[in-house]
Amino acid sequence: MRAIPRGETDGMDWRRARVGSWLRLIVVGCVLLVVSAFTAQAAKIGDLTQTRWTEQAWRFVTLSDPVVRYACLGTVLLGISCGLLGSFLVVRRMALMGDALSHAVLPGVALGFLWNLEKDPLAIFIGALVAGLAGSATVSILTRTTRLKEDTALGMVLASFFGLGLCLMSMFQRLPTGNKSGIETFLFGQAAALGPGDIQVMGTVTLVVVVLLFLGYKEFLLVSFDPGFARVLALPTVWFERLLVMLLAFSVVAALQAVGVVLVSAMLIIPAATASLLTDRFHRVLVWSSCIGMLSGLSGAFLSFLGTRLPTGPFMVLSASGFFAVALLFAPRQGIVPRWYRQRSQRVRIERENTLKAIYQVLEANGFSGETVSVEALARRRRVAPVAVEAEIRSLVAAEFATASAVDVALTPSGWQRACAIVRNHRLWELYLTHAAQIAPDHVHDDAEKIEHVLGEATVRELERRLPRIDTDPHGRPIPSLPVASADGRIGVGRQDDRPRGYGGRS
Amino acid sequence: MSLENLPKSDAPPLEIHDLTVAYRNKPVLWGIDLVAPAGKLIGIVGPNGAGKSTLIKACMGLLPCSSGWVNAFGRPVAQSLGRVGYVPQRESVDWDFPVSVMDVVLMGRYGRIGLFKRPSAEDRRMARECLEQVQMLPFADRQISNLSGGQQQRVFLARALAQESDLYFMDEPFTGVDAATESAIISLLQALRSRGKTILVVHHDLPTARTYFDWLLLLNMRVVAFGPTDQVFTPELLQKTYGGRLTVLSEVAEAVGAKAH
Repeated sequence: MRAIPRGETDGMDWRRARVGSWLRLIVVGCVLLVVSAFTAQAAKIGDLTQTRWTEQAWRFVTLSDPVVRYACLGTVLLGISCGLLGSFLVVRRMALMGDALSHAVLPGVALGFLWNLEKDPLAIFIGALVAGLAGSATVSILTRTTRLKEDTALGMVLASFFGLGLCLMSMFQRLPTGNKSGIETFLFGQAAALGPGDIQVMGTVTLVVVVLLFLGYKEFLLVSFDPGFARVLALPTVWFERLLVMLLAFSVVAALQAVGVVLVSAMLIIPAATASLLTDRFHRVLVWSSCIGMLSGLSGAFLSFLGTRLPTGPFMVLSASGFFAVALLFAPRQGIVPRWYRQRSQRVRIERENTLKAIYQVLEANGFSGETVSVEALARRRRVAPVAVEAEIRSLVAAEFATASAVDVALTPSGWQRACAIVRNHRLWELYLTHAAQIAPDHVHDDAEKIEHVLGEATVRELERRLPRIDTDPHGRPIPSLPVASADGRIGVGRQDDRPRGYGGRS
Repeated sequence: MSLENLPKSDAPPLEIHDLTVAYRNKPVLWGIDLVAPAGKLIGIVGPNGAGKSTLIKACMGLLPCSSGWVNAFGRPVAQSLGRVGYVPQRESVDWDFPVSVMDVVLMGRYGRIGLFKRPSAEDRRMARECLEQVQMLPFADRQISNLSGGQQQRVFLARALAQESDLYFMDEPFTGVDAATESAIISLLQALRSRGKTILVVHHDLPTARTYFDWLLLLNMRVVAFGPTDQVFTPELLQKTYGGRLTVLSEVAEAVGAKAH
């Protein structure tokens, strides 16, 4: 007996994501087929070469053309509202919801056109809003009254509403009357077709979204994170949920004309996904996401403007994906390049520390009688070819841990200090393992080889406190104490008396 | 315990009358009657599927009840939610959510902050104090996915403490928690109890249930027994709770469920 079905959610996200991407592929394919009929005249390759692109870029950058001004304003507004609401979809793992909602609005767009056979922004807005909300209501009714899971319901609603919309639109195309121009812009988006009426609608929507999310930030956060707890706090959880869907429908519909039905969900999800690579606090996700949405909108409008009236939606989505790729590569914490760099510098450090340790061991084997170690002895100790050892020595010299001649190498004070620290870490850890964990002395070396590089100052102090005596390791070799570099550049004497004395680095 | 710390009204902190909860027409809880005394640490034990979590969710109105009512401090729970604190099961939320430990604990204050207002400095001080009590203050700025299971549980506990309630419901606060954390949590709960709070804890480990709780509710679809631990923790009653005695009842329940479909 289960009160609330749990446990299916983990697997479902994968399935949802996969279903989502397949559906999108299929839908885009169908739409391309249908739409190619009535957009065939729009984008000929010849158009691209007719105007010089530098000229177009200049027109865009100077904002001298009112068309450009409206396009910029519109894409900025849609970037903000889609970025904000998309963040909620992404953190709540509801990405497919945005997809379904955006496809469900198409019949409403067609009916809005039919209202007075004109491109009336308000009529289209209302029609699309009604259709979108009907779509999301259908999803919630299907999930509540049947055993169907939410992803199935979303997929069905997405496809059937979209199909209905396509039917209505192609019927509408055949009507003898009315101004048909512009209906195809709703499929792939055309920022250059935005007029003052559209900007008014988009401005209002974005303002409402920003104000409500700002006022109700803490409520929307709680309802998204832990709806059960929100209800225990007597928060009107259901109303906040509805408000969120409402705002989502608003911003999808407002963005329609610039991005198009097919790709508007990408403007919800990609900026938010990018933002969540960059930060792990929700308010920052919101800010980053709306900024990235804005930038993708602008650059999408710019790119499509260069090619004279190419559809803007694909360009916006491509720019957004570009931002995502950049974040994936270079995000400070999660990015691939910074991670690779951190791993590489750690590898270099470990490599250097191993060489330092080997130099120490050779010196120790000689009873600390000399200050230099021959390259040959070091290569024997490291069990590598002399060429490889020379590279290691160059790395030490570069880090100012050692000075080297053609045949031998000597440690600088800082190199000596580091070498002592590593050997000490290694032997202390061996001692700790044999002493505290009762591990046989011949089992501890390999573990200490790894641990010696990562033991922090605090852990070393802790080990010193816990061990009764710290003069020799389990194999009977003395544990060096940390030398303190004194003012004259020579190495000072540590606490223990039996440590090698009188060893000075070259200054 | 001093008297002024006790909840002021005389009404019991929790009164359940003839509560029935069904999931898809199949009863999970059946005719529960219960009056919880104030200032007690009460354990809810019973076999898997006995309806332990369902009971506390239904008490807080998170699940619809088929019949019966639940009063907290003499008024319907919906009206006295300000005095009810909740520690949900750890798996009930997505721990990859981009919030910090501090953000989560502050959520416990939302009921008192009021709609559309921001947490004040006082709320933050209070949240820090609650984190201190569960020894999680050093983690305040961590993102919650970087916590161990026991730490996540303590964050939820701190959030409930921040609610400053008189009646607490806790859903398995000891699952996935190491022994040290478990004993820290239980002494914290005992301290709360001695300040006059009433705490109901869903628990699934019988041996520790005996030592942890003042009162026990033995539950298996129905209340098998409810009373002070030393009176209720008897072989007969436990046998009745965990043994097969209720098979007829569950068979009838199955049949009722099947007919209703």
